[in-house]
Amino acid sequence: MAENISVDITRVSDGEPTPAEPAPRSRNTCPECGSHYREDEMVANLRVCARCGHHFPVTARERIVQLTDEGSWSEIARNLRSSDPLGFVDSKPYPERVEAAEQATGLRDAVLVGEASIGGQRVVLAVMDFTFLGGSMGSVVGEKFLRATDLAVAERVPMVSVAASGGARMQEGVLALMQMAKTVAAVDTLREARQPYISVLAHPTTGGVAASFAALGDVIIAEPGALLSFSGPRVVKQTTREDVPDDFGLAESNYRHGHIDMIVPRPELRDQLARAIALLSGGSPYRIPSLAGEIDPVGAVGRALADARRRIGGIFRAGDNGIPS
Amino acid sequence: MTATPRRFGFLRRGGADADSWHAVQLARHQDRPYTLDYLSRICDDFMELHGDRAEADDPAIVAGIGSYRGQSVAFVGHQKGRDLKERTHRNFGMPRPEGYRKAMRVFQLAARLNFPVVTLIDTPGAYPGVGAEQRGQSGAIARSQLLLMGLRVPVVACVIGEGSSGGALAIGVADRVLMQQHSIYTVISAEGCAAILWKDAGEAKRAAGALRPTAEACLELGVVDAIVPEPSGGAHRDHGKAAELLSDAIHAELDVLQAIPPPERRRLRRQKFERMGAWEE
Repeated sequence: MAENISVDITRVSDGEPTPAEPAPRSRNTCPECGSHYREDEMVANLRVCARCGHHFPVTARERIVQLTDEGSWSEIARNLRSSDPLGFVDSKPYPERVEAAEQATGLRDAVLVGEASIGGQRVVLAVMDFTFLGGSMGSVVGEKFLRATDLAVAERVPMVSVAASGGARMQEGVLALMQMAKTVAAVDTLREARQPYISVLAHPTTGGVAASFAALGDVIIAEPGALLSFSGPRVVKQTTREDVPDDFGLAESNYRHGHIDMIVPRPELRDQLARAIALLSGGSPYRIPSLAGEIDPVGAVGRALADARRRIGGIFRAGDNGIPS
Repeated sequence: MTATPRRFGFLRRGGADADSWHAVQLARHQDRPYTLDYLSRICDDFMELHGDRAEADDPAIVAGIGSYRGQSVAFVGHQKGRDLKERTHRNFGMPRPEGYRKAMRVFQLAARLNFPVVTLIDTPGAYPGVGAEQRGQSGAIARSQLLLMGLRVPVVACVIGEGSSGGALAIGVADRVLMQQHSIYTVISAEGCAAILWKDAGEAKRAAGALRPTAEACLELGVVDAIVPEPSGGAHRDHGKAAELLSDAIHAELDVLQAIPPPERRRLRRQKFERMGAWEE
């Protein structure tokens, strides 16, 4: 029996949808309320459903556009590419899977790292992309994260990461597991250098990423409704036969249990990040252009979104941020 | 930092499925010595400490202070059970967050009293339960690694059975990482990998072959520093001899590590993990 209860890092690391979450009719159809949007509406709304507040997934490139000051992004370590240390073959060889993911996403791996500014403040930013093999963490993700933190220490600027990952990349075997320790070593260096680190958790952040750097932010911010857990609900149900609550592993449950500092709806994310960066840097506070006060973290999504929608366009100008689309 | 891609050509040779699967079986052998079997043999005295000082004690992790070859050492290890009753009590060696918090408490105690830390790894993984998640499984695993990464005293880890996923690595960050000859170290169990990639847990043997969790492969990949020999046929054949070999290996590592100044040791420990991986540029 014990052999069958050892499934920790099992969430969608091969990048395929789980049976529990059937793909919506279109990627721009809200799985919660069925509202449908044109692509330009999706971009303008930061991929948040205007009707119900559902947060759609965001690619790394689009996330960078959403969060950083126009034209401020400068990528590093962009040529790192996965090798195939084990000669891993399942239904197809690992290099073919990587190549297919490259073709489909235009990325080289599941994270982009670089320098940028957020609300006029320099940071080093690492943004994961779930569409690249389920955002799985292999050697390239680990190495890029390390180079990012090294740069943050060298430049003496805060580090910000946005996680979205199913966990470790099985096809790199135990080396993928070791990327957890590698990114933890990177955070240890940041801490020794007294550089602040803000970790943003997007849907989903599970397995090896949830249990390494993403959990170690000095401030941890989650998006509403994001699944944030070590084991996914399906694995828990299968292995323990426990009743899994409806809000299992969700950001809201994590907030209630004290594992994250705040839940921030996407339209507020950039401002709240800028605010946290300013406060952790010890300088003068960041003035949020139009946000009155604290967000009530649970249950305030609708109100915050209504407020934010009025402001969208004024703050966010997608598409012109030095990033090829 | 060098970015030279490493080549692991030997790993591509054929016939590995059977070798790897055999290793998985041996690592899980029900008569294989567990943490307490070793501690009772290699320590002149061992006082187990209990509880995370917050809410619970986790029997899947044993932690305490042992008298080992004339010095006090903090020992932390996963603990499995041998009969059904003890297996259930030990939760099959699958820790909950309170287990990692107990481990962290003892790591901190060791740092304060200047005792070396030795960890013994033997788990199918951290427990995937609703309560474990609610009490912060991810954060506990991450913080335990971070604490070990920055610890000022020497740390030696040895995989003594199943080293499976983050639940194993949580206590696996060390200056020197050893593996017993017939133990395994893997990102996911063969069954879990088979269920996801082959959509069939019955393909575990093929998955084991693909994952290459053997001590030999882990040494070649640079994930472990040395292999600890076992008695002929495996540790389960002779617990006393297995403990002797393990104790000698730990002693040799501690001897070397204790001569290194603490800040340098911490730097080298970090560097060791920072170099792990295989990529092209």
